[in-house]
Amino acid sequence: MIKTITYSEAIREGMRKRMKENPNVFILGEDVGEFGGCFGVTGDLIKEFGAERVRDTPISEGAIVGCAVGAAATGLRPIAELMFNDFVTVGMDQLVNQAAKMRYMFGGKITLPMVVRLPAGAGTRAAAQHSQSLEAWLTHVPGLKVVYPSTPQDAYGLILSAIDDDNPVVFMEHKLLYATSGEVDLDIDPIPLGVADVKREGEDVTIIATAKMVHEALKAAEKLSEDGIEAEVIDPRTLYPLDKETIFKSVEKTNKVVIVTEETKRGSYAGEIAAIIMEERFDYLDAPILRVCCLDTPIPFSPVLEDYVIPNSNDIVNAIKKMF
Amino acid sequence: MYRTMKKIREFETKAAELFAEGRIPGFVHLYIGEEAVATGVSANLKDSDYITSTHRGHGHIIAKGGDLKYMFAELFGRVTGYCKGKGGSMHIADADKGILGANGIVGAGHNIAVGAGLSSKYRGTDQVCVCFFGDGSTNQGTFHESLNMASIWKLPVIFVCENNLYGISMHQSRHQAIQDVADRAVAYNIPGVVVDGNDVLAVYEAANEAIDRARNGQGPTLIECKTYRHRGHFEGDPTVYRDKEEVQEWLEKDPILRLINYMLENNVATEDDIKNINKEIASEIDEAIKFAEESPFPPVEAAVEDIYTDIVEEVRR
Repeated sequence: MIKTITYSEAIREGMRKRMKENPNVFILGEDVGEFGGCFGVTGDLIKEFGAERVRDTPISEGAIVGCAVGAAATGLRPIAELMFNDFVTVGMDQLVNQAAKMRYMFGGKITLPMVVRLPAGAGTRAAAQHSQSLEAWLTHVPGLKVVYPSTPQDAYGLILSAIDDDNPVVFMEHKLLYATSGEVDLDIDPIPLGVADVKREGEDVTIIATAKMVHEALKAAEKLSEDGIEAEVIDPRTLYPLDKETIFKSVEKTNKVVIVTEETKRGSYAGEIAAIIMEERFDYLDAPILRVCCLDTPIPFSPVLEDYVIPNSNDIVNAIKKMF
Repeated sequence: MYRTMKKIREFETKAAELFAEGRIPGFVHLYIGEEAVATGVSANLKDSDYITSTHRGHGHIIAKGGDLKYMFAELFGRVTGYCKGKGGSMHIADADKGILGANGIVGAGHNIAVGAGLSSKYRGTDQVCVCFFGDGSTNQGTFHESLNMASIWKLPVIFVCENNLYGISMHQSRHQAIQDVADRAVAYNIPGVVVDGNDVLAVYEAANEAIDRARNGQGPTLIECKTYRHRGHFEGDPTVYRDKEEVQEWLEKDPILRLINYMLENNVATEDDIKNINKEIASEIDEAIKFAEESPFPPVEAAVEDIYTDIVEEVRR
């Protein structure tokens, strides 16, 4: 069945599908029940599955993640929602020192099928503690998988895979994409983690972009096309595992790469992607790889300042024009 | 229970020797002096029940049925160890015995225990989870978050505080303004019990009641066991923060000597019975060490395995 639904609804429908199929899948988080989630993602799920399976928690991010770890280690498949990506810092011990490392520390004798959903990204005028994109911290940690979809269809297909995965998966969601809509085939197979999607084909330059920046990259590509530059836009969709092959294939074709993410540039995952390309496909590059990211500032409150630090399609166009 | 306590004591004594000889790498935190706690509590548990443990975890694991062979092999970093040599002393786990891991982060087990308790309740089983921790960890946020969550959801979790008077080098009187950690139960509207942690029978009784409550859906209990570690925080700790009189006082309250006296006075066991048990334990330990030392180290390629269920990372090129 194909329906036009929002990114937010797509995530909810994916969770609904798996909760219907598997009684061991449950949700926990702050205000996910009656309230329907801070951004409305869990919505009406409590009506269908009840308060045991759509479980409101106290404001205790460490305990939310830790509770998911304990539940996953003992046979359940929890989906933990943290209200904002920024709040993962409060639950970081449980995510980084426990969830990510338990399987390894225990010699592979335990599985931790758990998802931690993180509403991320800037542009909501929410200032420095409610706007970050912390994917570099998360992809840095062996033992975690990190997903960051850009469209409703991808969000749907990827949340299914995230729930099915036997490892801890961090599922990042861009808050400004929640209301975006698109056609979603609700009968598709799950989209495997680690498979990128070419969102636009082009011959002249490769733009690797994530989440909301995919849409900025597509806008930039249209503008560049007017000047005769055809950009290929690749959305990795999963940051770890990273689909290097799709990226390399494009690099071999275009020989130029721009990486666009909403993270602060310093220490960004964009830098990691750039390093991988440099190490493995240097001979194909005709120009230095460029990164278009947030400025190295906390996210400011005032709209004029926030809009200035977040990258947009014009920044991408300007960067690419310098390459030609 | 005597057998378990003595097994822990001998395991730890050997571990100290092996560490001093440089045969065990890394950190070792010993449980000597606290044996009555793990033993008295775990004597009430089934294999299917869960525990979370701490950096000072050997005693909990032995009491929950851990196999000394695989424990020593892990301490020696061998492939036959509980964790294939990837965890070491601070991370021994055995899912088949409900051991959700020793833990190198002070206070981290609390949250995991709540998750295991939630899981038991969700799945409708009668499993309980015992969360072992020290007095030092009761100043972590995790302690408070977990007692709160377990209380509001009436989870089958038993919080067992091993109050050995020190958070590493800091005496309890300097790290918290209360004498009884159990007082903190009041804030979460759950029972808080203080028990002599060197009296294994008292620990057994207190745990029995708390575990019954948990199994019957009446929610968590906080049990505080007053005890003492005979050794330092870690092997090699000069323990300059404790005076000799204090240590001597606690050595005289040794939980194993106390149980022996009880058994002899009440004709529960004879000296010969005790000797026989000791002999059996000594040979079990000798065999376990032999097994560990004769086991191979893991192949270096194993370093990139077991991070994920489905991804093997690249080896060094």
